[in-house]
Amino acid sequence: MDIDKDGSPSPIEFRLDPGSGVPTYLQLVQQVEQALRLGYLRQGDQLPRVKDIVAGLAINPNTVLKAYRELEHRGLVVGRRGVGTFVEGTLGKVGLREQAALQKSMLAWMRTASKAGLDEDGMAALFTAALHDLRQSRDVLVDEEDGGGRAGVVA
Amino acid sequence: MGIAIETSGLGKRYGRTWALRDCSLAIPAGHVVGLVGPNGAGKTTLLSLAVGLATPTAGEVRVLGGLPAGSPAALDGVAFMAQDAALYRNLSVADMLRVGRNLNRRWDTARAQGRLAELGIRLDKKVGALSGGQRSQVALTLALAKRPKLLILDEPLAALDPVARHDFMAALMAAVAEEDVSVVFSSHVVAELERVCDYLVVVQGGQVQVAGEVEDLTAGHHVLTGPAEQVDAIAQRFPVVRDRRASAQAHLLIRTGDLSAAPPGWQRHPVGLEELVLAYMREPSASMLPGPARARSEQVAC
Repeated sequence: MDIDKDGSPSPIEFRLDPGSGVPTYLQLVQQVEQALRLGYLRQGDQLPRVKDIVAGLAINPNTVLKAYRELEHRGLVVGRRGVGTFVEGTLGKVGLREQAALQKSMLAWMRTASKAGLDEDGMAALFTAALHDLRQSRDVLVDEEDGGGRAGVVA
Repeated sequence: MGIAIETSGLGKRYGRTWALRDCSLAIPAGHVVGLVGPNGAGKTTLLSLAVGLATPTAGEVRVLGGLPAGSPAALDGVAFMAQDAALYRNLSVADMLRVGRNLNRRWDTARAQGRLAELGIRLDKKVGALSGGQRSQVALTLALAKRPKLLILDEPLAALDPVARHDFMAALMAAVAEEDVSVVFSSHVVAELERVCDYLVVVQGGQVQVAGEVEDLTAGHHVLTGPAEQVDAIAQRFPVVRDRRASAQAHLLIRTGDLSAAPPGWQRHPVGLEELVLAYMREPSASMLPGPARARSEQVAC
């Protein structure tokens, strides 16, 4: 695993967007979730070490610890004292190929929307509204899953 | 652990001017503390008193859980980096390390040399021949070589370009991650504080205006936006830090942790650290301090 050129044991690297208005710890949480969804991170992978992150991004170590605590709370990672933090749960059990297919059909929808005169903000608003409808119709379903199934709530 | 810096009734007078007056403060250990305020607010005076480079005119200052500032025990545990990384420009880096080793009871030569090697700073170079960024890294290396419990830095970023500033802060944060050291630093670069500090102190006109954990401060303030004619009614319900109004619309920065504070017709927005600091610095009469009771209980809890 230690083949990364800067010696980091983790397959991912964080970046910060200072203009996003999203608190720093939450940016880290979201990037781990995103990496899980996209398959950059898998079960057993190590997250970047706290020291490596702060030495790269110049942020307070407590911010990283807070992000890792939150990820642990969400059941996605587990911290091993003196060793590091490792991926434990999964987000979305959809395979990469299936994801690519879904993205393709979404792209088709977006082209249709664009032809109909909808701009990007309009599409995002529609997507959010539809997501809201989906969540309401599915609220009952979430309780069925147990154990690592909590991940469904996060999205 | 307990308290990193504690002052009570602390004051310093130069001639007829009070540089710092009636300053009571308890900064818990284990934080990265940002000390901000306008020029001449008393930041350097407060730091010099905590280090023991200046003696108080009134009151007292203690560090590291009760040691009188400037006492031998305190000096062992406190490292200080003065403005502009004050080093002897005619000495080589190696000689500078030797000076540090001879002036301190605790000194980790291997660690200092390891850090400098990592940074690619040659030991035979004269301090005066280094870039500003390298000079500040040498000063930080010297400060860390004594393995301090409390590291105090006066305007460490002031003379640095953006890349050197980032590298310096990264090195400082890595040191915090690796060991048990509290950091207090003064800065004008308010925008960069949010990523680095988890505790904030604002001084103004020789007095402490705001002190607290960054999370508490940002959670405890909100901006309300609404019709200007209702401002007075709102101001009666909440402490207003800053009041900006036009003929129709007003923005009020209020102090409350109550998330349901927005009255009908008003929008509530979260407030960032930079906006908060600037608001307080523009409104010298507003203040936000933990009461003495709270400072005490924190002392017990830590």
